[in-house]
Order: sequence, then structure tokens, then C-alpha cells
Amino acid sequence: MTVKQISVFVENKAGKLAELTEYLHQHEIDMRALSIAETQDFGIVRMIVNDTYKTSCILKEAGYVASITPVLAVEMPDEPGSLFKILKMLGDGGINLEYMYAFLTRKEATAYMVLRVEDNEKAIDILSKKGIHMISQEGIAGL
Amino acid sequence: MMDMEHYYQPEIECASREQIRAWQDERLAKTVKRVYENVEFYKKRMDKQGIKPEDIQSTADLHKLPFVTKDDLRDAYPYGLLAAPLSDCVRIQSTSGTTGRRVVAFYTQHDIDLWEECCARAIAAAGGTKDDVVHVCYGYGLFTGGPGLNGGSHKVGSLTLPMSSGNTERQIQFMCDLGSTILCCTPSYAAYLAESIHERGLQDKIKLKAGIFGAEAWTEEMRQDIERMLGIKAYDIYGLTEISGPGVSFECSEQTGMHINEDHFIAEVINPETGEVLPDGEKGELVFTSITKEAFPLIRYRTRDICILSHKKCSCGRTHVKMTKPLGRSDDMLIVKGVNVFPSQIETVLLNQGYPANYQIIVDRQHNSDTIEVQVEMTQEMFSDNAGVVTEREKKLVDALKAMLGIYVKVNLVNPKTIARSEGKAVRIIDKRNLYQG
Repeated sequence: MTVKQISVFVENKAGKLAELTEYLHQHEIDMRALSIAETQDFGIVRMIVNDTYKTSCILKEAGYVASITPVLAVEMPDEPGSLFKILKMLGDGGINLEYMYAFLTRKEATAYMVLRVEDNEKAIDILSKKGIHMISQEGIAGL
Repeated sequence: MMDMEHYYQPEIECASREQIRAWQDERLAKTVKRVYENVEFYKKRMDKQGIKPEDIQSTADLHKLPFVTKDDLRDAYPYGLLAAPLSDCVRIQSTSGTTGRRVVAFYTQHDIDLWEECCARAIAAAGGTKDDVVHVCYGYGLFTGGPGLNGGSHKVGSLTLPMSSGNTERQIQFMCDLGSTILCCTPSYAAYLAESIHERGLQDKIKLKAGIFGAEAWTEEMRQDIERMLGIKAYDIYGLTEISGPGVSFECSEQTGMHINEDHFIAEVINPETGEVLPDGEKGELVFTSITKEAFPLIRYRTRDICILSHKKCSCGRTHVKMTKPLGRSDDMLIVKGVNVFPSQIETVLLNQGYPANYQIIVDRQHNSDTIEVQVEMTQEMFSDNAGVVTEREKKLVDALKAMLGIYVKVNLVNPKTIARSEGKAVRIIDKRNLYQG
């Protein structure tokens, strides 16, 4: 059970990120989760949105370079130690983590982590066996 | 009061125009005969145009001969233009830039002696005598800068410091401890040294009186900056490996252009489009014929440097023709940090690394040091959601550019279709340095 993340290349120049978000706003794209990886020269905006297909189309239209990656959106209790437990399960299972970021929703006492791992199937297998709940693409829209 | 003008070979440097002309006529005829007999390349070219060596009796006949271009030199690599037995050659030097097809120039001992004499004239013109300490921080090796000025300094009899480039700390220390009086390097390195000396508060400890700066274009403002900061007179020097190296021409006390060593090199200025020879005072491409070289004489070599020649009488007493600083190029070559860069080299690397050939080169000079940046449009194929992967690819590109050009090129990844295009053709080069004036 994975969700689709859209990653967009953004030049490291003043106003470029604002430009992108304004463009998404104009097309009524709603972001569920967002993170930015920045280097000295450029940034990669990663987001999970309400309508992946539409977003991907309009980005292409505007000439952005973007890609879609399946990632895991893991649900966890919003309390100390939750993240550690999940990372330990993955570490013990030999799963390599490329990056991750957190997001919150209106749902009380629950936090979410987006995990980008090398092997989604294996990670899903490990986590679900331990009773960890992951959200589906449809689930994301309902949050 | 004006300092007394120094010459290395006054009888040559101040010879009458008639005498210079006589030397040129005789040496040109001899050189043409020799290359016709010894170099297949020249024989073929001249035969094709129906020109015999006997047709070239004086400089008035020079225009009959075909030009030689840098491409010819590359095609002839390595031995194709050699006019003397290899066993008589004692040295090669090579141009900066291209790793693929370099240009190598050969020298006999006699060639080196004459080249060093040309550099000695430049040092003498800058006031150099056997009592001076000449600090050479041009690069040594294949680059002609270091070896040329080093040899010239020996000929003058100055104490020579073969510092080579880099290690600014040591440069300044030797300059202070050994009392360097004449500095030889690129103008941008001179400016950098001047700043470093001021930062350390050592301006009272240095004894420099003059500098001989070349291998890259520099402005009059830069000259004044360097002169003020170091308390010296800054002289320009010009040359190219193909013709010998630095010292093809050099500035005198008047500092209004560089005297070409006409007893060794015949200079012409041509219209780069038509090849027609232009009269004195007109701007065009500089063409050289070397008339005293044994190993690697070139007949009507197109330098691609745009300049103006002047036979106006010079107050220094020298009678040899003067050329302006290069005012531009007739091709798209850039000189960055003293290194020759052709946009086509950058394009080759981009394509090899999987990037589109749509790019822009931005050259600038910050704190008197050249910077070069290449803007490359990002593509779907080169993109990844993992920043590390993109950075790794970018680094591979930087490394490949460094391997091709020999200098660090900053890479800037930009969004697709953001590089300005004019009439459907990309604007490839933005040179913000404004080096070529006038």
C-alpha cells in the first residue's frame, strides 16, 4: 500500500518556490504533505497532493521537470518513541531509508510519516506484520 | 623626470625602418623557401595555388601566400608542420585548453634563444637590469608563460625566482625576503597578490617597481588598480605558443601599445571575413609570420585576435610597429583564468554526460579573478526525487568539464526552456567582464 509523491525540480533562485506554489494554488491543488530537499544550487520539492494526475499534467504543461515516486505514508500515535519503533523495525529488517518527512492532519493524536525506502514491498511486509497502519492513495484524499 | 629607457638589444629595437624591412625581406624569402622544401603541408598548399618559393622575394609578396589556421595546426598534430629534423629539436610547449587535439610547438636551441631574447627585451623595457630580482609566477611546464619570462630574465642577467603559479603565501614571503623588483604573472593574479599583500599590511615590505602582465585580457582600470596598490608600473606583454610564446610583443615606457619584435615576426592585420590586408590604423585580425624560427615557422598564421597596428613614432625610441591590446576575437574562444575555452568543448562534455546541448556560459570577474558558470537545462532523464542522485550527476559533469578544460566550471541546473533564445538560436556566451574596450 503506497501513495504517490510528486517531486519537482526548482531552481535555487528567489521567488521560484513562490511561483510554483502560486501555480498550484491557481489550479486548486491541495497539498497533504510537503518537504523540500535543498542543495546549494537547486531544490527538490516533494509533495503529496489531493489529485496526483492533475498536478502532474499541469506541471508538465508549465515546463517543470517532475517525477512520481511511490512512497509509504505510515500512521503512528502522536507520542514520544513512535518514530523510533518504526525505524527500528525497518532497520532490523534491513530496509534502507532514503529520506522521510512528517505531516499532521486534523485527526487528533495521530501523526504521519512519509517514508522513501529502496524496497517498498519488503517494508510494507515488515510493517504490516507488526500491525503498523499505512494509508492508501484513496485514504490520503479523505484526510 | 623620466627614467632612462632600457633596451636589451638597442641596435635591433631602435633600428631604422629600412633596416627592419631589409631583415624581414631577406628572412621571409629564406623561410618560405625552407618550409616549401621541408614541410609537405606548405608545399601542397603553395603548389595548389601555383606559388613558387621564388615568387616570394620580399614582404610585398607576403599577401600571395595562403593563411594557416589553428585547425591546420590541430590536423598536423604532432609533427606535420615540423620544418627541422626532430633530432635538432630540444623542447616542446603546448597551448592551454583542449585535451583532445592539442597544438604543440617545437623549438631548437636557437629558437629558444631567440624567444628568450624577445622576453629579455620586454624585461628591459620594464626597467629590468642585472641588478633586478625577477619574480616569475606564470605557470611553468607546457604553458609558455613561465619558461619564456624565466629565460628572458636569465638573458638580462637578473636574479630569477622561478616561483610558478599558486601558493600565494610563499609568493609574498619570497617577495618580501628576497626583494623581488619585477613581477611576471597574469594581471588577475597580480591583482590578487596586491590584495593579499594589503590584507597582511606588507605593502611597505615589498620592493616591486614593475610588473609584466599577460596571457589574458585586462582593462586600463585594472592596470591603474594594480599600479596604485603595488606602487609599480604595469606593462602588458603579448604572445602565443604557436608563434613562440610571450614576448611576441611588449609594452615600453609609453604604455600605449605593444612593440612587435619585427625582426622575428611579420605582423599583418586582415579583414577576418575576406582575408584582405588592411592598412595601418584599421581594426582587424592579427596575422603573424615567423621568419627566424627553425623548428616551427608559421606562415601567415591567423591569431583570431582583433587589434590595430600603428607605425607612429614612439617616444621610447623603439622603431618596431605597435599593436593595441587585443580588442576582441574573430572566433568564439574565451580566455578564462588564462586558459583557452571554446564553447564547443563544453557542448561536447554536456552531450557526453547526457545533458541537452542547450546551455549558456556566463563568464565574470569577481575580485579580479575570472569565474565561469555553465547553465544547463534540467531534463526528465537527469532528474530524481533523491537530491543526492542529482548532486552526484552534477558533480560528474563538473569533473568532466574540469578534465576537458583544466579549470573549475560551476554548473547551474535550471528549469527547461529558461535559457534565452534569440531567433531560435540560443545565446551561448555572456561575458560580463567587458575586457575588450576601444
